Amino acid sequence: MEFQFFLEVLVGGLLAGVMYSLVALGFVLIYKASGVFNFAQGALVLFAALTFVGFQNMGLPFWAALIITLGVMVLMGIGIEKIVLRRLVNQPPISLFMATIGLSFFIEGLAQMVWGTEVHGLELGITDEPFEVGGVFISSFDLFAAGISGTLVAVLALFFQKTKLGRALRAVADDHQAALSVGIPLQHIWAIVWAVAGFVALVAGLLWGSRLGVQFALTLVVLKALPVLILGGFTSVPGAIVGGLIVGAGEKLAEVYLGPYLSGGIENWFAYVLALVFLMVRPEGLFGERHIERV
Amino acid sequence: MIYRESGQFKTSYQNDSVIFPIKQDRMFIFALLALAAFVVPMFASEYMLSGILIPFLVLSLAALGLNILTGYAGLLSLGSAAFMAVGAFATYNFLVRVPGMPLLLALVLGGLCAAAVGILFGLPSLRIKGFYLAAATLAAQFFVEWVLTKFSWFTNHSASGVISSPPLEVFGIALDTPVSKYLFTLAVVVVLALAAKNLVRSSTGRAWMAVRDMDVAAEVIGIPILKTKLLAFAISSFYFGIAGALYAFILLGTVDAQAFDLHRSFQILFMIIIGGVGSILGSFLGAAFIVLLPIVLNLLGQLLHGIVSTQFLSNLEMMIFGGLIIFFLIVEPLGLAKMWQITKEKLRLWPFPH
Repeated sequence: MEFQFFLEVLVGGLLAGVMYSLVALGFVLIYKASGVFNFAQGALVLFAALTFVGFQNMGLPFWAALIITLGVMVLMGIGIEKIVLRRLVNQPPISLFMATIGLSFFIEGLAQMVWGTEVHGLELGITDEPFEVGGVFISSFDLFAAGISGTLVAVLALFFQKTKLGRALRAVADDHQAALSVGIPLQHIWAIVWAVAGFVALVAGLLWGSRLGVQFALTLVVLKALPVLILGGFTSVPGAIVGGLIVGAGEKLAEVYLGPYLSGGIENWFAYVLALVFLMVRPEGLFGERHIERV
Repeated sequence: MIYRESGQFKTSYQNDSVIFPIKQDRMFIFALLALAAFVVPMFASEYMLSGILIPFLVLSLAALGLNILTGYAGLLSLGSAAFMAVGAFATYNFLVRVPGMPLLLALVLGGLCAAAVGILFGLPSLRIKGFYLAAATLAAQFFVEWVLTKFSWFTNHSASGVISSPPLEVFGIALDTPVSKYLFTLAVVVVLALAAKNLVRSSTGRAWMAVRDMDVAAEVIGIPILKTKLLAFAISSFYFGIAGALYAFILLGTVDAQAFDLHRSFQILFMIIIGGVGSILGSFLGAAFIVLLPIVLNLLGQLLHGIVSTQFLSNLEMMIFGGLIIFFLIVEPLGLAKMWQITKEKLRLWPFPH
């Protein structure tokens, strides 16, 4: 009985972790391709979800709303690249990071101005019935989300490793100047990357939105993605999944087993403290390749 | 400007190293301080004092702290509000639990507690840099918020987790009117700003700037990196602590741990980005900007007379913040302070273009 409970908590945590890694994927994409940590990913998730729900509420069917929202996210990616990133080429990464903080505030304000601030429900047509596997209850929604994330990760990993475009993206992440001198069209690459990140944000927004409801708190999910990235490595797509799993499972297990000793609420900071420990011990994360300068 | 430094000769090293070398600048600053201390309390309304000037002073103190940490020492921190919270709660506990504790001493002790916590969370800076350090400070932000909410000892076992200011008095003068609160805050901020300005002009400040610019080279020429970084964290957290205590007691009166959340940290970060990183004046300019912007937008909303809702205005405010951050980072990364400096330079030559 005890072990079964442990399994349930573990599986629940793992599946929650998969959702985190979805958001972390967007970060990894942009970091891998332009070397900037995109703080605005959460705002993009919110914007994607709000746009989708907005179009649905206007009466469009599911697939039409999806395609139009995808188009909007692609346009937004291109717009961000044109207006913000192009003028910050070769600035120190801290400036770019702070620019994305500003961008996130801007997009949040814009999203709420255009679509309003009420909480919207999001129907994806997937029922959330728990089903039993060997005595352990698993939510079918979580399983579906895990499946989607897994597919996305596989596709993206293949994209980066095997295609010419993926190689170009990795080159741009390494060194803007060098990539330019080899002839890689920087602006096109960035536009593509941000568009793909927008697509990932859309998927994450849909999944998180149907779980939490589409509301402002979606942007706080981005803060959880940070420990996921630190654990998995900023530049690694499979690392995002593994990091997400560890954070998700770790959080839930800590809450259940350590929580009573520390009177609960550990979920808020456990992931960060874990990330802190990792930062001291292995800063590049489990799968990361960047060399972090030690002091 | 209309004046130059030509003709003003210094005859001693002490004269040469004052903060404002030009006599007219000195006169201007003294006039400004006299205005702030004597004229403003006589003519300013209560709203002006409690709604604009006191928040401006308190937040500029916090911005000073963050400028020392991020602007001068180059250690990006997203956890400033956590240290403010530590200072506020520590001062509260000292005031409430130790009978007869003078306010100033409690403030200083609260600042020292915040400094201690700052050193603790600054320890990772010895191993990680830049953006990863920001992530570590984010951990500080959430952890401190949780600790202050969970353990009711900090709030003197109050049921709601809210601490309220005990009656404050300094040197026998009760701080219960907006004017007295304003003057007290003004005094504290002026003293601490002076200390900060002198600190960044000293060898400590130069060590910080060396670490910011290239810490490997700084280590090579013999600057002790450990001490320098931890000192930056300690001193900036001291400033945060005092700012937090002032925010809790002078500005708000009652506060809970949620008043020092991530939003507040970002607000302070925006202040120094807009005002100017690495500049004492920039902290004040940025704080003034951030305090005044919602008020200006509100006035704008009233002018437009209900055509736009308050919701629209608060969203517009967010968009303007975000847009301004990006604008400043692209156009003038050194913020309003640099723009002011360029203006002064141009005014030296005015009406000639060069």
